[in-house]
Amino acid sequence: MEVIVAIIVGVLFAVGIYLILTQDLLRIVLGTSLLTHAVHLLLLTMAMLKTGAAPLLDRGQEQFADPLPQALILTSIVINFGITAFFLVLSYRAYQKLDTTNMDWLRSESSRHRGHSR
Amino acid sequence: MNNWTAAPMLIPLFTAVILIFLHNRLQLQRWISLLSSLLNAAVAIFLLYRVRTEGIQTLNMSGWAPPYGIVLVADMFAVLLVLAASIVSACCLLYSFRGIDEERERHYFYSLVHFMLAGVNGSFLTGDLFNLFVCFELMLMSSYALIVLGGTRRQFRETLHYILINVLSSTLFVASVAYLYGATGTLNLAHLSLRIAESGQSGPITVVAAMLLVVFSVKAGLFLFFWLPGSYGAPPAAISALFGALLTKVGMYALIRSFTLIFYHETAVTHTLIGIMGIATIVLGGFGAVSQTNVNRILGYNVIASIGFVSLALSVSNEDTLKGAVFYLVHDMIVKALLFLLAGILVAETGTERINKMGGVLDHSPLLSWMFLIASLAVVGIPPLGGFPGKLLIIQGSLESGEYMIAAAGVLLSLLLLYSLIKIFILGFWGKPRKPRETNWKQHPKLLWSSAPLLLLIVLLGVFAEPAMPYVSRAADILSDPSIYIQAVFKE
Repeated sequence: MEVIVAIIVGVLFAVGIYLILTQDLLRIVLGTSLLTHAVHLLLLTMAMLKTGAAPLLDRGQEQFADPLPQALILTSIVINFGITAFFLVLSYRAYQKLDTTNMDWLRSESSRHRGHSR
Repeated sequence: MNNWTAAPMLIPLFTAVILIFLHNRLQLQRWISLLSSLLNAAVAIFLLYRVRTEGIQTLNMSGWAPPYGIVLVADMFAVLLVLAASIVSACCLLYSFRGIDEERERHYFYSLVHFMLAGVNGSFLTGDLFNLFVCFELMLMSSYALIVLGGTRRQFRETLHYILINVLSSTLFVASVAYLYGATGTLNLAHLSLRIAESGQSGPITVVAAMLLVVFSVKAGLFLFFWLPGSYGAPPAAISALFGALLTKVGMYALIRSFTLIFYHETAVTHTLIGIMGIATIVLGGFGAVSQTNVNRILGYNVIASIGFVSLALSVSNEDTLKGAVFYLVHDMIVKALLFLLAGILVAETGTERINKMGGVLDHSPLLSWMFLIASLAVVGIPPLGGFPGKLLIIQGSLESGEYMIAAAGVLLSLLLLYSLIKIFILGFWGKPRKPRETNWKQHPKLLWSSAPLLLLIVLLGVFAEPAMPYVSRAADILSDPSIYIQAVFKE
């Protein structure tokens, strides 16, 4: 099971990094979002994907699931939700203001003219 | 157990929430935010007193004992930085009463600053690696909003780069937390230190250490600083001052904390790497500062070069350099804020950021000019000023350990920074005024007076370095002997 998830994490990382290296702003936002998903899966996998009872004592259970990674992932998901939302809104505003979503054109001060000549 | 340990994080948090509801009442917002940051400074002084008399203060959140729950740890190093951060933020807020336009004030400027302060103070005080990540995110999220607030074209461009870099490094942060949790089964800093000391710092853990080094270096602007000069120049002066003073120092704090408390076993690998990155940062940052003609960019490169200097102290890590690092870090927070604030006045007065288009400022505002000169000399480390003791300790310590390259890099840094700042002084303040301009002179005295406390502080830091030394060496003791920190966390 761990091996399969590890491969999935690797694929997600690869796709995320590929998207970030493209020039379109929207793809970059999607790429960062995929990367964070990969990291969350990694967090779950590193704590071992064992099946077990809920982590409550005094129930006569032998094996417990580890609650900590799940708490960490939950926190991280919330944070990333906020950041992705902000990033998307910012991209939209930047598109309105700068007339382009191409990262290369964003770099130079004369971006606007080149953006129009497209 | 001391509940006050959480106060430097909670006060700004509550203030920020209250200010959201008052966003149209400007005068009320201003005074509440100023009062709150002064209150924070008072709490920091109180904590400093407690730490001095009773040792490290800890707080187990919700009463969970250390390895299980989140623990807040106020040791001398953290409290000194919290105090410096509170004072700097109070002055920046005072400055922004005049220095920030009403439109920004109305759009939650003060709330965002306080959210950022909560993140900054939280990062200093936390004793848990994941909690550090959360505080980092709180700080960064508010900084994203602050940097783009106002929405000029330049701000949009810089913010997009800034967010992308920081999102990537945060992703890497969570990944290294995952690896560390898989390898050791804990995220409490003191517990991590114990576990790694027991099992030895094996190869995989050194790799995780290197990942964390990359993460914190991006935040601190150590070697991976390409994003910094542009994005710190984009927002108005009060915001750049807060960024230049606080954000990079939080990254540097995290670096020092993790590489003195947890990953101190494989110094041949990690600390050498930090040293190389530090020297590279000094060379690149120093020459960057010399080559620029834009005031804000020169100051941005100055921030970078100073971070490189502190990391040299970390790479040597003996008692003297650690003392120097603590002293220099506190001083650097104050003086960088001061420089950015003064540069803000300079830019407002001359109407340009390019120093070759300025000139003759000395004639019509001598006070500004002399304040700028003193601040520049303090950055370089001219004796009676605050930059000197820290620099002396770091260079002396690296000579004691036989690290001549590092000492030489430290001296080189001083020369480059002196040149870059004096260049601003010669081109901007001397010479003839370029053109007689209608300027809004009336505002500037108030701006100057709000940055004056910082100037006073750097002079006092230099003159009264001797009485301050016990505090600094207490902080450095904890850094050089992790067992003090560990015992304080697990004492109950």
